[in-house]
Amino acid sequence: MYNILIGGAAGQGIETTAAILEKLLKKSGYYVFTVRDFMSRVRGGHNFTLIRFGTEPVMSHSYRLDGLIALNDETVEIHKVQVSPEGFILCDSTIATDDPRAIKIDMKAISAAIGNPRVSGSIAVGVLLKLFGENMDHVSTVLSEFVKDTFIDINIKAVSEGYNIVDRRFEHLPGKCGDWMILTGSNALSLGAIAAGLRFYSAYPMSPSTTIMEYLAEESEKAGIVVEQAEDEIAAVNMAIGASYAGARAMTGTSGGGFALKVEALGLSGLAEIPLVVVDVQRPGPVTGLPTRTEQSDLRFVIHASQGEFPRVVIAVRHHADAFYQTVRAFDLAEKYQIPIILLSDQYLGDASATVEPFDLTRIHVAEPASSWDGEGEYLRYRYTDDGISPRLIPGKSANFVASDSDEHTQEGRITESAEVRIRMMDKRMKKLEKIKLELQEPDFIGSDSFSTLLVGWGSTYGPITEAVRILNAKDPGTYAALVFGDIYPLPTQQITQKAVQAVNIVNVEQNATGQLAGLIREYAGIAVTSSILKYDGRQITGEEIADRVSREVRT
Amino acid sequence: MSTASFTTYDTAWCPGCGNFSILDCLKTALTELGKDPYEVLMVAGIGQAAKTPQYISANNFCGLHGRSLPAAVAAKIANEKLTVIVDTGDGDSYGEGGNHFIHNIRRNVNITHFVHDNQIYGLTKGQASPTSIEGLITPVQVSGNMNTPLNPPLLAIAAGAGFVARGFSGNKAHLISLMKQAIEFDGYALVDILQPCVSFNKVNTFTYYNSRVYELDEAYDPSNKVSALEKSMEFGDRIPIGVIYREDKPSFHRKNMILKDGIPLLDKKTDPSVVQQMIDSFI
Repeated sequence: MYNILIGGAAGQGIETTAAILEKLLKKSGYYVFTVRDFMSRVRGGHNFTLIRFGTEPVMSHSYRLDGLIALNDETVEIHKVQVSPEGFILCDSTIATDDPRAIKIDMKAISAAIGNPRVSGSIAVGVLLKLFGENMDHVSTVLSEFVKDTFIDINIKAVSEGYNIVDRRFEHLPGKCGDWMILTGSNALSLGAIAAGLRFYSAYPMSPSTTIMEYLAEESEKAGIVVEQAEDEIAAVNMAIGASYAGARAMTGTSGGGFALKVEALGLSGLAEIPLVVVDVQRPGPVTGLPTRTEQSDLRFVIHASQGEFPRVVIAVRHHADAFYQTVRAFDLAEKYQIPIILLSDQYLGDASATVEPFDLTRIHVAEPASSWDGEGEYLRYRYTDDGISPRLIPGKSANFVASDSDEHTQEGRITESAEVRIRMMDKRMKKLEKIKLELQEPDFIGSDSFSTLLVGWGSTYGPITEAVRILNAKDPGTYAALVFGDIYPLPTQQITQKAVQAVNIVNVEQNATGQLAGLIREYAGIAVTSSILKYDGRQITGEEIADRVSREVRT
Repeated sequence: MSTASFTTYDTAWCPGCGNFSILDCLKTALTELGKDPYEVLMVAGIGQAAKTPQYISANNFCGLHGRSLPAAVAAKIANEKLTVIVDTGDGDSYGEGGNHFIHNIRRNVNITHFVHDNQIYGLTKGQASPTSIEGLITPVQVSGNMNTPLNPPLLAIAAGAGFVARGFSGNKAHLISLMKQAIEFDGYALVDILQPCVSFNKVNTFTYYNSRVYELDEAYDPSNKVSALEKSMEFGDRIPIGVIYREDKPSFHRKNMILKDGIPLLDKKTDPSVVQQMIDSFI
């Protein structure tokens, strides 16, 4: 496994260089995982991207570096301690470092010779390909995805120049990911929505969720989706509900602050029984918090958001394949149960890219609303049924009226204050939970069956926790396992209840300050964790960090 | 002409409320336009006027207070074949929903917006609304409303609305005509309807409006924006009713790249081969 960091100021082209490099590494067969760490600014500051690659599955980042690509002095100063003794620091000859690991390249002279001052990123790509023993086979194909046609030749030349001025340091290892996809979590989620037949997406720009709106907008014409930038998040969610009521599959996305504005409408989806998918790409709060960083602190919030009581499902996406398939499932559940489904992602997963097996469209299934009413008696939008699910017709598609009301209502959908109707309608809506619970997905079990210490987590810590269990079991074989929740509300409790019997220690690993999952497990499974690893500095925990903290803090 | 196909059950309105005549006019307008009730969608938020969709046989969506416009425009975006009418009050439209009012004018989706403007909050029993006159004493504005009343037609024209009218619930023939023109207009159309609240507004009564309103005649040119702005500011001893401003311009559906082809959004299908291409582009 190799790990490199590209760092510099905002505006220096780190993003593009990293995007080209990760794709080239993927094309040569490696598993790749790329994390973007950037500040909430357009120019300046210190930004970096970590690209980790190898022939074993990689689903999280690490700060132990084999190589550093420094576009400015600050990057060398901050990150040189993370570079291994055998590693390298690739930089321009103007960078003032006397580190023995430095490979200084006169980018200025090479660029001048090529005739364009803006090709230093491509020179660096060439240097890296050579250092890691790669060939140049995919360079022109990949460059054509990221560089304008008129600049392709000049950039190929720059890659070649970089390739030719260094010697190979590492061995190329054959991998199987050449034909896999590499994409960000937010792109995977967006693709899931498209595959599920999304027709309408409304949102207000908010980091780190905006990339979903941008990707959907880019593909909107091909996919037949109206993407509407709303005047605010309240409008965005009410638009999604209006579109869904009228028969267009709809989603809205935001981060915690925008979700706070959508709260009342969540209840409208619940009470009026209108399918809705809401994505919350979490970032650290409260309020503006750390806009471009990561946290898992909205769990309790989205579970309880909105006044009153109504059924909802919260799904935390754990990795890139999950982001795709669980989004499809969210649409299916929303339509089937006519409820709001909340997808919890976060900045880490949303912005990180990873190699993943091409998504399988034959696995896509999404329920449809009813097309006609052929039951007994007149059509009633909120008809009492055994399972609480009333047939949902689309207005204008049949000779039946489709009513919808945020007041408590009768089966016809008319306002009522009848105590008897109120009870029956509440029972009807809450009854849907019985069926929902039957199709909840238990958490993924990772590690050794003979474990004595059980880690528990949810969402994007799946990758780091998986790696931590591997590291820990390598040290103490057969000692560690983990449960990582995807479906998180209602909380599936079978697995945790069974595994808790065997566990000497139960350690919750969460990116928040209060241990929100641990609280849910206590509430719904009656099981108390024995210790907690919590992190809330806006930076995702690594597998190494979890393993280290477990070794130090948990008595085995 | 019988409006029976749009008629439904009893209302929760006060006897003598202007809402009754507005509801009558609406049913007549829809009937005279030959609308199929199953293709009509009535949208409202919350309030006394916002109960109108409950009292007419059509599809209805009574959502959140202030949020009727976003839901309505999205329903129209989803299915262009629906005749979408937002029928609600001044608090819902201009107070809680003020931001949506401004921005949906800009969006110009082909929906009709009828505002029952009684210059008071009815359902919550008599507090000042955005259009309440200065000095109006209420249980909350105990020493009189201090805020400048909002002028909806003036704001709508300034924000770029293509159809702006003012009506009066006491002049039904005129209101029916306005409603029909507004429904037929391709784009966002606002009709601000002056309406007495018999229970809570003792100043802007039927007599108050009736003695002040006058119909704009043929001599008035609604296509002149500057004179329309001036006309919309006439709100005192004399209040003009009629189409104050009219400008034909492409509606949302005619401009939107996805909807331009005229196929309703909800009837579009996702082509798996297109999704497969998207997947392949990440390989």
